[in-house]
This record gives sequence, structure tokens and C-alpha cells, in this order.
Amino acid sequence: MSTHETLEPSAATGDETALHTLPIRDPKRLAHWLSYAVGAVVLVLAFRFVVLNPHWDWPTIGSWLFSRRVVSGLLNTILITVVSTAAGLVLGLVVAALRLSGFAVLRAMAAVYVWIIRATPGLVLILFVYFLAALMPTLSLGLPFADPFFEVPTNQVISQFSAAVIGLSAYLGAYSAEIFRGGVLSVHQGQFEASHSLGLSAWQTYTKVVGPQIIRVITPSLANEVVTMFKNTSLVSVIGYVELLTTVQLVYSQNFKTIPMLTVAVIWYLVLTSLAMLGQSRLEKRFGRGFNRRVVKSAVSADTVGQEERHD
Amino acid sequence: MTEQPLLRLRDVEKRFGDFVALDGVSLTLRAGTVTCLVGPSGSGKSTLLRTVNLLERLDGGAVYLRGEMLGFTRSGDHRRPVPKKVARRQVVNFGMVFQSFNLIPQLTATENVALGPVEVLRVGRSEARHQAHELLTRVGLADRVDHYPAELSGGQQQRVAIARALAMKPSVLLFDEPTSALDAELVAEVLAVIKELAEEGFTMLIVTHELAFARDIADEVVMMEDGRIIESGPPQDILLNPTTERARRFFASVSH
Ligand SMILES: Nc1ncnc2c1ncn2[C@@H]1O[C@H](COP(=O)(O)OP(=O)(O)OP(=O)(O)O)[C@@H](O)[C@H]1O
Ligand SMILES: [Mg+2]
Repeated sequence: MSTHETLEPSAATGDETALHTLPIRDPKRLAHWLSYAVGAVVLVLAFRFVVLNPHWDWPTIGSWLFSRRVVSGLLNTILITVVSTAAGLVLGLVVAALRLSGFAVLRAMAAVYVWIIRATPGLVLILFVYFLAALMPTLSLGLPFADPFFEVPTNQVISQFSAAVIGLSAYLGAYSAEIFRGGVLSVHQGQFEASHSLGLSAWQTYTKVVGPQIIRVITPSLANEVVTMFKNTSLVSVIGYVELLTTVQLVYSQNFKTIPMLTVAVIWYLVLTSLAMLGQSRLEKRFGRGFNRRVVKSAVSADTVGQEERHD
Repeated sequence: MTEQPLLRLRDVEKRFGDFVALDGVSLTLRAGTVTCLVGPSGSGKSTLLRTVNLLERLDGGAVYLRGEMLGFTRSGDHRRPVPKKVARRQVVNFGMVFQSFNLIPQLTATENVALGPVEVLRVGRSEARHQAHELLTRVGLADRVDHYPAELSGGQQQRVAIARALAMKPSVLLFDEPTSALDAELVAEVLAVIKELAEEGFTMLIVTHELAFARDIADEVVMMEDGRIIESGPPQDILLNPTTERARRFFASVSH
């Protein structure tokens, strides 16, 4: 073994003066081909397990998937999710604003709210709301120790639906408040200072400058919460509200086709989750403006650029 | 004939807790003049600019723009902060350029420059875009109007930031170390733009460590230390013949 050889690798590869002309190619490594093999095996196994497996009972699944009962349960799930998500996000915005406000009392109240909700399992929360009448027989609006302006029996207000919505939105309110707050904290201080220097109001600063940056960073976490919400709706079966999961449970308690009926529910949850993820990726694209890589063509002169509009 | 100064600081004080960041700073800027603020790190230069621009609330003294006290209003035997709306109107008199540019990442160069005019000055969108293109052309960025900040070099970003400040038609431009975040070869392009603005007669207050640049464009150089002004005067006097030993040592340390 001579050091002479290792010092001159060109001796092995040929004339070194020609090396720079050789094209560059990435080698296809073994791991690359193996990954295809693994993928193919998993696909075949999954196909055998799901499609060819007679125990799965696809005909039953097919006959129930679009049945009136299942669809009406599905619609209830969607209704609760949409209403609770909307209310929960608004609540979360308010709580986050309070937690970031200049008033110590409001900050403390918001912090206690988040603390209690985070500590309480969603199931317990929904039961508490549903049985609120036991704690508070009437709901009234007014100052403490004075005659209320307005009073109703709690049981008139708390239906299965409203208990579900109140419980779920209180839940999302606490979790999304933390996500919003984290989003605000993630914005570089210089963005607020630049907005101040331009004379933008707080509202303009949030809607035009930092808001889009916040949405960009919180979208993945928020999408997570919304997807969780679809499935958390199944918690409301404890108070007898008939949503998707409760519906299939009622059905299989009669026809004993447990697995096919649960599969029906899972298929719909898959569809709903896919929709949520689609929304997520659109949001990410929209608010990734200026962050995602792209290639810009430099315009030749200023006056041609003046007329151009951006399309994306 | 006594000319009213454009900007006047009288005994400005700023504390952070027990720490005195500005300790009775008085300074006068006449219209059309360039003042360079120099001094060691931590001497309170940024704090001074931020106080003028109402990013920090002063604890004593006052800042007057054309005779109007900024940020506060008299209320009997004391002063109280002005309403936010009034403060915003006052802030727009200043164009601030930051060391770290602070461009808005999701907006293109044009949109960054047009934002203030559209939202605050209520200029029509197409008019604002047109003005933005003119300003970007003026700072040498005619071919970068549709780029996002992340697609621009540091020097280009800082020139967009200067165009953005100009778009608000400010009375005074404030620069806080506009070239400190830039690589050496990008410094010149930004300084050239600032020099051009000086020649056009803009009133400017510039925090800088570029002493040669200060000597070149300043009408007055002000040196700060520990929250106080320790020297001020025409650049040749201050930079070449500083009276205090401290100033002499500072200039010796920066110019190497
Ligand atoms: N928000 C703050 N809270 C506490 N202290 C602060 C704050 N901002 C500035 N200071 C202190 O005030 C002093 C002056 O800071 P300033 O940023 O004005 O210095 P500077 O002259 O701009 O320095 P440099 O050249 O490094 O930028 C420093 O000692 C700094 O630590
Ligand atoms: Mg500074």
C-alpha cells in the first residue's frame, strides 16, 4: 500500500483534467429499492386484511353507509362540530386576548379558566353542563345580591344539544386560547414596532400584519384540535345525544354486526378528517405567502412591472 | 429672525426600573439637517430614537415637533398620555428604519411600501401601488417590486424599509444603525441611498457606527454615553478634535 496512490485518486478514475465534464448523478441506493418493496408488501397485506377478508362484511357496511339513520347521525355530528368549533374558536380568541391584556384581573380570570378546563376530562365537562340544573336550578342575568333582570329555569336552556355544544366549545375555547396565545408570542417584536411606526391601529396591526403570520404558525395545531373535535363529539353519547357513533352503537346492539357498524363510523370520520386536512393545507398554502419557496422572475423595467398583478 | 426648530428634545428622561437609560437629553434638529448619533453600546441611542417615535414612553422632559409636545397633553397641573389616535397621528411624522429591517414577510416589496399609505393615509390602492413603485425605483429596486422580503438580500430589504418609511411622507427620518445587520459589501448601497436623501434635504436623525459616513453627511454629530450627550457639534470638530478624553478613546476604538 503506497501513500502515493491515495494522494492521486485521479490515477484510478482517469485523466483528472476531464473530471469536471462528467455529469452528476445520484446513485440509486439499496435502501431506496427496499422502501418500494416494504411499501408493496404493506399494500398487499392491507388489501388482504381489509378487502378480501370476509369477516369485514363489506355488503353490510355498504348497506348501512348511506342509510337514513347513519346519515342523520352523521349530520348531527357535523352540526355539533361546526357549531362547537365556531363558538370554541371565538371563545378561544377572547380568552387569549384576555390573557394578553394589560389588566391583571382579566389575565387571572382567563388563566383560571384555561387551568380548570385543561384539568377536566371532556366527558366530565359535558356531564357537568348537562346536569347543571342540579347545581344551579335557575339561570339568571344580573348583579350579585340584586334582583336579576332575567331568569329562566336551567332545564329549559340545557338540552342535549346545547349541553353538547357548550361542553365542547368550552373545551376547545381553552385549548385554542393557548394556541392563539402561542401564535401571538411567536411573532417577532419588530413586526409590532414596524406597525406602530407606520401609524397602524391595533386592529390594523392584527388583521394586516401579524394576523396572517399567526394563522400560518397555528394552522397545524388548530387543525389538530378541529379533527379532535369530530371525534370528541362521540363523547356526547353519554348524555344520550344521537350523533354518528351513538347511532352505529344503537344499530349494532340490535343486529350484533359490531365491526361492520364501527367501520361505517370510521369511514365517515375518515371523510370528515380528510375534509379538515384539505382545509388545513389550503390555509397553509394561503398563509405561506412569502415563506414558501418560489422562483420570481425579475421584471425588466419598472413601468412594465407597474401594470402587473400578482396571481397566487 | 428666529427659526423654530423642527424637532426639539428637552431634558428627556427614560428609566427601565432603576436603570436610567436617558438622563436629561436635550437636542435640537433644524429642518433639512442631518444629525448623527454615535456612542458606545448601551449608551441609550436606540432608546432615544424609540422615545421620539413613541415606542417607549418617556419618564421626564418632553419631545416637541414643530412646537407640539408629543405623546402627552397638559391636564391641569400635570400631563397625561394622549389618546391612541392622536399618538398614531404624531408617530406618522417620523419614518423609522430599523437595524433588522422589520419588513412584513407575507407582503411583497410593493405591498410593504403601500401598506401605510393605504391603511393610514387612506390613499387609493392603485395610487399607493404607483407611488410604491416610484419609491422603490428611487432606492434602486425597480426590478424587485414583486419580491417577498425573504427573496431579497439584506441591503435590498433595508432599501425597501427606507422606501416604506418615505411612503408616509414623514417630516423626520429616524435610522437606528441601518447598516449594522449588513455584510460589508451591502453597506455601501444603503448608505448611498441615505446620502441621496440627505442631499434632497430630508431631516434625519441617524444612529450609526460608520464614522466616515457621519463625517461625510452629518451637519451635526452627537455623542452619547450612559444616557447623556457628552459632545455635540459639526463633524470635523467632534470627530477630529473631540474635547473629552472619553470621546477620543471611543473614536479611536471605532475607527480601527
Ligand atoms: N426594555 C428595556 N428594559 C430594560 N433595559 C433596557 C431596555 N431597553 C434598553 N435597555 C437598557 O438601556 C440601555 C440603553 O440601551 P440602548 O438600546 O438604547 O443602547 P444603544 O446605545 O442603542 O446600544 P447599541 O449601540 O448596542 O445598540 C442599555 O443598558 C439597555 O440594557
Ligand atoms: Mg441600539
